[in-house]
Amino acid sequence: MSPTPALVVDDLRKTYGNGVEALKGISLTVQPGDFFALLGPNGAGKSTLIGILSSLVNSTGGDARIFGVSVNKQRNEAMKLIGLVPQEINFNVFEKPFDICVNEAGFYGIPRRVAMERAEKYLKELRLWDKAHMQARTLSGGMKRRLMIARAMMNEPKLLILDEPTAGVDIEIRRSMWQFVSGINAAGTTVILTTHYLEEAEQLCRNIAIIDHGTIVENTSMKQLLAKLDVETFVFDVTEVPGELPAPPGIALRRIDERTLEAEVSRGHALNTLFTALSAHDITVASMRNKTNRLEELFVRLVENGRNGKAAAQEKAA
Amino acid sequence: MSAAENAVALGTIVRRELVRILRIWSQTLLPPAITMTLYFVIFGKLIGSRIGQMHGFTYMQYIVPGLVMMSIITNSYGNISSSFFGAKFSRAVEEMLVSPMPNWVMLLGYVLGAVARGVIVGAVVLLIALLFTSLHVAHPLITIASVVLGAAVFSLAGFVNAVFAKKFDDIALVPTFVLTPLTYLGGVFYSVDLLGEPWRSLTLINPILYMVNAFRFGVLGVSDVGVGTAFVVMLAFVAGLSAVALHLLKRGTGLRS
Repeated sequence: MSPTPALVVDDLRKTYGNGVEALKGISLTVQPGDFFALLGPNGAGKSTLIGILSSLVNSTGGDARIFGVSVNKQRNEAMKLIGLVPQEINFNVFEKPFDICVNEAGFYGIPRRVAMERAEKYLKELRLWDKAHMQARTLSGGMKRRLMIARAMMNEPKLLILDEPTAGVDIEIRRSMWQFVSGINAAGTTVILTTHYLEEAEQLCRNIAIIDHGTIVENTSMKQLLAKLDVETFVFDVTEVPGELPAPPGIALRRIDERTLEAEVSRGHALNTLFTALSAHDITVASMRNKTNRLEELFVRLVENGRNGKAAAQEKAA
Repeated sequence: MSAAENAVALGTIVRRELVRILRIWSQTLLPPAITMTLYFVIFGKLIGSRIGQMHGFTYMQYIVPGLVMMSIITNSYGNISSSFFGAKFSRAVEEMLVSPMPNWVMLLGYVLGAVARGVIVGAVVLLIALLFTSLHVAHPLITIASVVLGAAVFSLAGFVNAVFAKKFDDIALVPTFVLTPLTYLGGVFYSVDLLGEPWRSLTLINPILYMVNAFRFGVLGVSDVGVGTAFVVMLAFVAGLSAVALHLLKRGTGLRS
């Protein structure tokens, strides 16, 4: 028998009072133990979906089940299973991090003694213990975000939802946050992540859903998605760009400036061909890199394709 | 959640409210002490000495229960409206909204916190009053019950106000334009028997009149209205406002999208 999915979203819909249709009947499944990326441009419906899962937003159709528990019908039981790290700071900045964590546990009915032990544990793990008894308003932006992760861990959730937790956080803190969340995931907690740093999603997540305009435009494993990338763009730093460029098969090479070349390599064409052609033209490559993150290339293409398809359909209908 | 878990959640909110009240004591406890001292000096000592007796008590003794109840009402209301609206404004209320805590636990926690502030302020004002006059509590149980119920009524009203409020001005409007006039016209400073018709009958629709008089009966043993009626009115308000508050929480009015 297969295990109960961590999350089943079934034909979920949300139309706000002003008529905006934020979710147009989306469905997806997240397996237990997964590290799942939920991506989409601004206004795509990600935060609405997370709002419904955490009961901050009332759905207007469909349902979501967290480990088999319906958010609509058994809200309180479902909420016991999740931890939420929201996009915006949402704690009382005049309270102390230790109190914020202990109170959060209290709202879940966790006895104070246990809550105090957990608060110490998670504040230490997120390197906030030395700030535990200072007012939260004195914390830096990165510290406030780590505090929200510590707070979300107080009920030791089976499903942790992180809504753009690293927005505006420097690279060092971001990495330490991912180290912590990866550890939590390795220990068995299912993690759903939304982020605009696609490199992060590519590195951390095993499965992915892309939302745009309230519909799912892609829902697959990260490996399968990246395998769809049929063209990859590389940037070469070279000693000197000659007047005439080589034209190896399946590779479009173009000059950016006198020391930079850009190559669009179609899938199935080896880079060796390009290097051989460059050597034949006495072009020495000093270094090379991907122009953009691979997932980013795909993401932009999927979202654009979806919009172009919709525009074409509307034109046809008209 | 189990009964034990609900008790923990309830205790968490009450404890947090008490910590807040004591942390900002200069905003929560000091102002009513100063204001009421001025009332006692001006109305009780200076003007009261020229008014003479009312229902067999000195004017100072007569207004003490009213002023204590006025402090309890305004502070209970102010506590819950500012605390809950503050949590809404800073979005810290989401900590509770995403938790498995039932709505009634959240409501009861905030109400108990507000009642606690009302009781603390009431005790402070009563102690100050004892510097000006002597009092003997006639009916201790009625005194305590009227304090708790009066504070609960206005805590619930403050909660409803905070749920609907969209900006800080919205929580200041009701105390200024509703609460203060009703309090002053609710028999704090005078016996309604002094009023002619139709003012006397009109005063009887003011709920604060019943709270002030229930408390006055508890302390002095005299009242302008029947004590039983006063308790029925207070209980009806508690039941009605609780139902409204729970309905708003269930719908998520002003809290959930």
